[in-house]
Amino acid sequence: MTIVGEGAEGSAATAAMEVEAFKRLYPLQFYERYLDQSVRPDGRPLNRARPTSVNLGAIPTAEGSALVKIGHTTMLAGVKLEVVVPSTTAPDQGQLAVDFQMPTICSPLVRPGRPAEVAWSVSEQLSNALSSSNFVNLQQLCIVPGKAAWIAYVDVYCLDADGSLLDAALLAAVAALTHLQLPAVKVTEAGRVVPLTSQNVDGDQEEEISEKKSEDQIVKSRQRLERRPVPIGLTCVKHKNHLLADPSAEEESTLQTSLTVVMDSSDRLVSFYKPGGAVTATSATVKDCIDLAKKRVIEVKDLLEEAYEEAFGAEMMVE
Amino acid sequence: MTAMEEEGAPPSLDVSQRTDGRSASQLRPLQCSRGLLARAHGSATWSQESTTVMAAVYGPKPAAMRKENAERAVVEIIWRAKNGLPGSYEKEAEVVVRRSLEFIILTALHPNTAISVILQVISDDGSLLACAINAACAALVDAGIPLNGLLTAVGCGVTHDGQVFLDPTKLEEQKSKAFVCLVFPSRPLSAVSGLPADVDGEPFEHGILTSVTHGAMEVDEYFTCVENGRAATAKIAEFSRNSIERSQKRVSGAV
Repeated sequence: MTIVGEGAEGSAATAAMEVEAFKRLYPLQFYERYLDQSVRPDGRPLNRARPTSVNLGAIPTAEGSALVKIGHTTMLAGVKLEVVVPSTTAPDQGQLAVDFQMPTICSPLVRPGRPAEVAWSVSEQLSNALSSSNFVNLQQLCIVPGKAAWIAYVDVYCLDADGSLLDAALLAAVAALTHLQLPAVKVTEAGRVVPLTSQNVDGDQEEEISEKKSEDQIVKSRQRLERRPVPIGLTCVKHKNHLLADPSAEEESTLQTSLTVVMDSSDRLVSFYKPGGAVTATSATVKDCIDLAKKRVIEVKDLLEEAYEEAFGAEMMVE
Repeated sequence: MTAMEEEGAPPSLDVSQRTDGRSASQLRPLQCSRGLLARAHGSATWSQESTTVMAAVYGPKPAAMRKENAERAVVEIIWRAKNGLPGSYEKEAEVVVRRSLEFIILTALHPNTAISVILQVISDDGSLLACAINAACAALVDAGIPLNGLLTAVGCGVTHDGQVFLDPTKLEEQKSKAFVCLVFPSRPLSAVSGLPADVDGEPFEHGILTSVTHGAMEVDEYFTCVENGRAATAKIAEFSRNSIERSQKRVSGAV
């Protein structure tokens, strides 16, 4: 079993074929040979995440949207707003409804009809991370306490599932929410919420308007969500003594034990999610994962800032 | 912390005065009975006071064509909530339980078959996932499925002022800032030749098999949860071992 065929007949083509065959027949040994050299088949060191990109405003019809790529994993997130009557238990809060979808196009594992098993876990952990981290101030989504509030539908759509789905889905959701702008609205005497359609009103002018209006007419200016500590996830795969950050789909399925750490930018642990697996995580592993996640948070936060500046550059200056 | 303050005074939780008079590191009384269902190959109920889960195991039985695996048995979990249709919480719990149980079930012994574990929530008063995993283990033992050890699951809560307490009730879960479900493998006493080796200088049973958290906490608080959880698993493991031994004696006595 030679990884690199360098026999007498060993042309480059046969060598490549042998490597491919070895990988198919002995996927675990194939990976172990790489891992023992502290490198991965795609050339990454063990602790490095794949190249990541964040683009805000990918969907013009949504109030906030983002397209996120981590390696090949691609997630599209959009936020739609609707006015609802707030629940009686929290009359001064809006709501956040998170949905994650894996269409058949994203992976060979997904069949039409019933959602894939992994989609359920990502969906549940995504909403858990968003609510645990308190990333959205739900009070800001309130328009009139007890009468009207925004419900923000965060829909994350997986276009290409190549591992570390939760990381990518969370990043897409967070990016779309940073891009979100609550539209300017006024509340009529009858209690209806209607959009303010006056052109070119910026925040300051609107505030003046609201002062002029009679008290029973409430005007809310266009606003962005309050900046809160950003939750960022990092999935790691543990195999023997090796810890691989940001695994691809192939690595996840071959090496079996993956766990996801979600940290926020103020160093809180938002979630430590390890759904079983073939090996247990020792305290040392947990510490290593948390350290890797902390580094990743800094990296990704910069990316988010950059994307934000790109999308709202001019406005940022004013602020 | 700022989020908390803004949202008005949260009902604070005093761990030294828990409503049921427990101390922070005290579990609720455990109860486990096996062999309750006649048709199931194995069944058990596990209760932590008013959190009760009933588990039934069927298998190894023929697997559905689509799921069949030529190298190992397929484990399928069906989680039935107390009421209502299964939503994403139930589906996710199924994944967590399945991936945890696959760690102990010797699936390679029964290729081309399926082992189904049905978990019926009877009442939920906090630490539900932990209770369900313990129930599933008890039912697997009752069904005589070959296992390489047992699992012990424990719930932990973290209060807003950073205190860690064990086995939270539903009310305590709502009032605390975070709660965690941790699963550890328990050290086999015999059956396997040679004890599992220590991993990274830590005993085998200290490794975290499963961790599911809700709510944000400091990293140190998580480690305290893990430590306290580990300490508690010894008690739970002892309880389930005793309970198995007692039921085995009963069986052999009857024969």
